[in-house]
Amino acid sequence: MNGASSAVVVTDLVKRFGDFVAVDAISLEARKGEIFGFLGPNGAGKSTTIRMLCGLLRPTSGQAQVSGLDVATQPEQVRQNIGYMSQKFSLYNDLTVSENLNFFAGMYSVGRSDLTSRLDWAIDMAGLRGRENSFTGTLAAGWKQRLALGCAVLHRPQVLFLDEPTSGVDPLSRRKFWDMIHTMAAEGVTVFVTTHYMDEAEYCNRLVLIDRGKIVASGSPLELKQKYMAGDLLLVECDEIGTALELLQGAPGVDDAAIFGNALHLVVPKASAAIAAVTSYLSQHGITVQTIEPIRPSLEDVFVSLTTARTGAATEKPIP
Amino acid sequence: MTGVPYTIEVHELTKSFSGVVAVDHLSFSISKGEIFGLVGPDGAGKTTVMRMLAGVMAPDSGGAVVAGCDVVASPESAKQRLSYMPQRFGLYEDLTVDENIGFYAKIFGVKAAARDERAARLLAAAGMSEFRSRLAGKLSGGMKQKLGLVCALIHTPEVLLLDEPTNGVDPVSRRDFWCILYSLLNEGVTILVTTAYLDEAERCHRIALMHEGRMLFCDTPARLKANLPGAVLSIVTSQPREISERLAGQSGVSSVMIVGDGLHLMVGDAATLIPQLKEIIAAAGLSYESIEQVAPTVEDLFVEAVTGTMRGMEQ
Repeated sequence: MNGASSAVVVTDLVKRFGDFVAVDAISLEARKGEIFGFLGPNGAGKSTTIRMLCGLLRPTSGQAQVSGLDVATQPEQVRQNIGYMSQKFSLYNDLTVSENLNFFAGMYSVGRSDLTSRLDWAIDMAGLRGRENSFTGTLAAGWKQRLALGCAVLHRPQVLFLDEPTSGVDPLSRRKFWDMIHTMAAEGVTVFVTTHYMDEAEYCNRLVLIDRGKIVASGSPLELKQKYMAGDLLLVECDEIGTALELLQGAPGVDDAAIFGNALHLVVPKASAAIAAVTSYLSQHGITVQTIEPIRPSLEDVFVSLTTARTGAATEKPIP
Repeated sequence: MTGVPYTIEVHELTKSFSGVVAVDHLSFSISKGEIFGLVGPDGAGKTTVMRMLAGVMAPDSGGAVVAGCDVVASPESAKQRLSYMPQRFGLYEDLTVDENIGFYAKIFGVKAAARDERAARLLAAAGMSEFRSRLAGKLSGGMKQKLGLVCALIHTPEVLLLDEPTNGVDPVSRRDFWCILYSLLNEGVTILVTTAYLDEAERCHRIALMHEGRMLFCDTPARLKANLPGAVLSIVTSQPREISERLAGQSGVSSVMIVGDGLHLMVGDAATLIPQLKEIIAAAGLSYESIEQVAPTVEDLFVEAVTGTMRGMEQ
């Protein structure tokens, strides 16, 4: 646990609410400049973990250090050294762009000497030059989002928390947003992202999948797709897709079957063996297969496979 | 197109709110038994379209026919043949799951036997059979959405209009949700669904991509991708920033984007460009693990269409 390059170090972090264990001995380390994605079903413990890391919720046991500060004993200092941007972009719609920025600069005690240059920087970054006096409520979602990001980082935090940062934003704005995040990360800011959007997760350097309070998988997006998918994925295009689905659900050698538009996705133990088996199984039932080929699993496939396969949570151990 | 039995026909539908055009001369048709996706970011006009099709908002001009009923001239008769699930479906939080279902069954005039059979089947598909006596207010976000769908489907509508049904719902619940939708196709239901999750578009038979009230294009996801001019390359590397600086602006490279594992590039011709890019990277003394062509996503299509390089695909 060398502190030098780690911005966030979490060791056996636990949070209980009464009998309910929301976060169950989570350990992780995020390097300086890393973009760290938190994924998990609703109620998995993502928000509880983030709240503890932000110094907003006291852990039941275990430790967490953010920028070298202990979240349990130094929550005030932690809060001053992080940036936080929520899904709802907590901006005041009835204040102007400038007023919002000044408000957040005051909240985060941005120094007088630094203030002008930081405000200028934020206006330019958000692309709001010339609109400083527009009411925030009149801005399009993409602009609001970049303004919210500007507000969250006026005080140059070393760790930034983003909660579903681009939900509902158009793809062009989203790409611009992630470009900025990657620029900040290159300058050494560590970024934590929680999201349900698997395409948002693709922008992260490292992902941690949480289910029922525990880490069930971690790695880069590519590693997750390569390592954690239990089995191979096949794309099948055939006649009578509904009938084919019913036949294949529960067929021997097929772990899972789901419809995607005009095609089926099958999870099978081994693609090479399954292609012939599935084709002949369907043709025995009078269904002709047009296409059957292995495809690369998406992060969503991995997510679903990992969270639905888990039944005995107690036997699971965190993956390093 | 005479003789084709479209279940939903939208013609030049237009709606403005205090001078801002929310829906701009939108036209599309949906066949019986199709799952059709209106896909686009917040503010694209998706919800406004849904409200007009559900007969709860009148268009400024243009019209729509849903299950044989003109929604402008006779919205009441259209309402009897469709089921509309708005973003916030009216669940009673202080009633249980079963009580909510029972309430909607009464409103729609569903007989007890049909209600019980249908509720049991839908709840099983939603993975909610063990939560029947839980208060709706105590359900997770994903479960609330699924309960909303169960209530909307307790009668058998000809047309189902779902406005962002999976917003904020995790991927596992989202999958249950889609299983229910596909199972309805066997009953001949036609489904129009809106989503801001571009990856969810892949699950629809056909999609219309919307941007600022207009349709960018409309086709099956597979055909749209096949028609994308150029290709998407993925470079896996630990030096994305350095490589990005060398490749941005190279001829044949229209955009470079940093992602978690490396870079995504939009390029003209993958086959000729890959060797060139490899040379440029090597000459700069940089390294990569792999460089290969990958399937474009619906988001790639969207960006290409909006940036105007997707010639000839606009409808």
